[in-house]
Amino acid sequence: MKKMVTEIAIIGAGPAGLCAAIEASRLGAHVTLIDENAFPGGQLFKQIHKFFGSREHMAGTRGYEIGQMLLKELESTDADVMLGSVAYGIFDNNEIGIMRGTEHIALKADKIIIAAGGKENYMPFPGSTLPGVMGAGAAQTMINVNRVLPGKNVLMLGSGNVGLIVSYQLMQAGANVKALVEAAPNIGGYGVHAGKIRRAGVPILVGHTITEVYGDGHVEGAVIAALDEKWNPIPGSERAVAVDTVCLAVGLNPMTELAWMAGCEFTFIPALGGHVPMHNENMETTKQGIYVAGDITGVEEASSAMEEGKLAGIAAAAALGHLDAITAEGRKQEVRDRVNALRTGLFGERRRMAKETQVRAMQEYMETRGERIDG
Amino acid sequence: MEDNRILHHPILGDVPERKQITIYFEGEPVKAYEGEPIAAALMAAGIKAFRKTVNLDEPRGIFCAIGRCTDCMMVVNGIPNVRTCVTFVEDGMQLQRQYGFSAAKEAEDR
Repeated sequence: MKKMVTEIAIIGAGPAGLCAAIEASRLGAHVTLIDENAFPGGQLFKQIHKFFGSREHMAGTRGYEIGQMLLKELESTDADVMLGSVAYGIFDNNEIGIMRGTEHIALKADKIIIAAGGKENYMPFPGSTLPGVMGAGAAQTMINVNRVLPGKNVLMLGSGNVGLIVSYQLMQAGANVKALVEAAPNIGGYGVHAGKIRRAGVPILVGHTITEVYGDGHVEGAVIAALDEKWNPIPGSERAVAVDTVCLAVGLNPMTELAWMAGCEFTFIPALGGHVPMHNENMETTKQGIYVAGDITGVEEASSAMEEGKLAGIAAAAALGHLDAITAEGRKQEVRDRVNALRTGLFGERRRMAKETQVRAMQEYMETRGERIDG
Repeated sequence: MEDNRILHHPILGDVPERKQITIYFEGEPVKAYEGEPIAAALMAAGIKAFRKTVNLDEPRGIFCAIGRCTDCMMVVNGIPNVRTCVTFVEDGMQLQRQYGFSAAKEAEDR
């Protein structure tokens, strides 16, 4: 087994991990950025829509352009980047087990930032395992990264921003989106996204669900039905829609395996996607020296993942003495203010309250344990 | 053969020129381009079922496309459990649908 050492190991080279690596490297820390994929960028390169927020959040810039900018910034640093490298576990003494092809590596780090991201939820119904039923994010990867259309006629389930945005992007790629089905009585995502697909003539059927997907070996159609106020299908409301692809945009959940394995304490917050690691205002978990950033801390958007990555990167570098405490606190507060600015408005408020609950859970845990964490 | 590639795109522009190669699905040649994942080349050719479950013999295809769900695993150059959505094509690559943990023919032989 090959032994390696670094100051700050960052697991995941998506928006959070890239920003953490850039910040920490610029402060003079020796950074090793690990990602299992052949290319860095995580899911940024499939996001071809313009980001929200204000100018300092790079709003108005498309996701893949932000990805290109971050990669350029990363190149200008001294950070070591290990691609095609699977971080499969975190062991005692902050040692990370890594497989790079058939090569086995033990990387010992003073600080670890886990930025593993999130993964799409699944929803079971008769026929949901048929080829042609896929995550909306999978369809998005296929059309925008691989430039392949998964099907010609698509039914989308879920009207959150992912469902709305991917529906529009499927149309941009040349597919027909037959309808968007939403079980809740209201559209889940931003009105501006919903408006775009409605203007294109796609019906958004709220209070509806998919009861079945059928086909011989692959999707040939789906049965949709209206729901009553208790979310039960209304008998007689069923109708078949001929489609070859069904996309599920039913949320994401944080990829927390490494944090569980490292022994981080968790709290359950449905608004953030389920079990999330507790962390303090420096993104440090209950395990001293292990930080989290991005979707692993609760599913949000790439914009907030980038800010959390910066925060974790500054905090970890400062904890190693690369920045004096007062300057560090100022820098961290700037980032906190920016990320809080993203968590405003009708949709952001719920996330801001959820994130506050998460930080409070950490405080309560540390108080009852009678311990404190150095930031 | 079907070709579901998106050659022109209003935001992303035209597909950059890439070297065309050939991969083999169950022995049949399939057009592929250097730098694309196996799953993309198969999807472009209209191939949807990548493996079959061992107990119920049900087909499975692409679900997550980012290497998480393992629904797209195939036998690639004789090696089973290869996630085709994150494994890139190589000229002459031999792909077999995976039945349980082995290729179809071996499964039948047992």
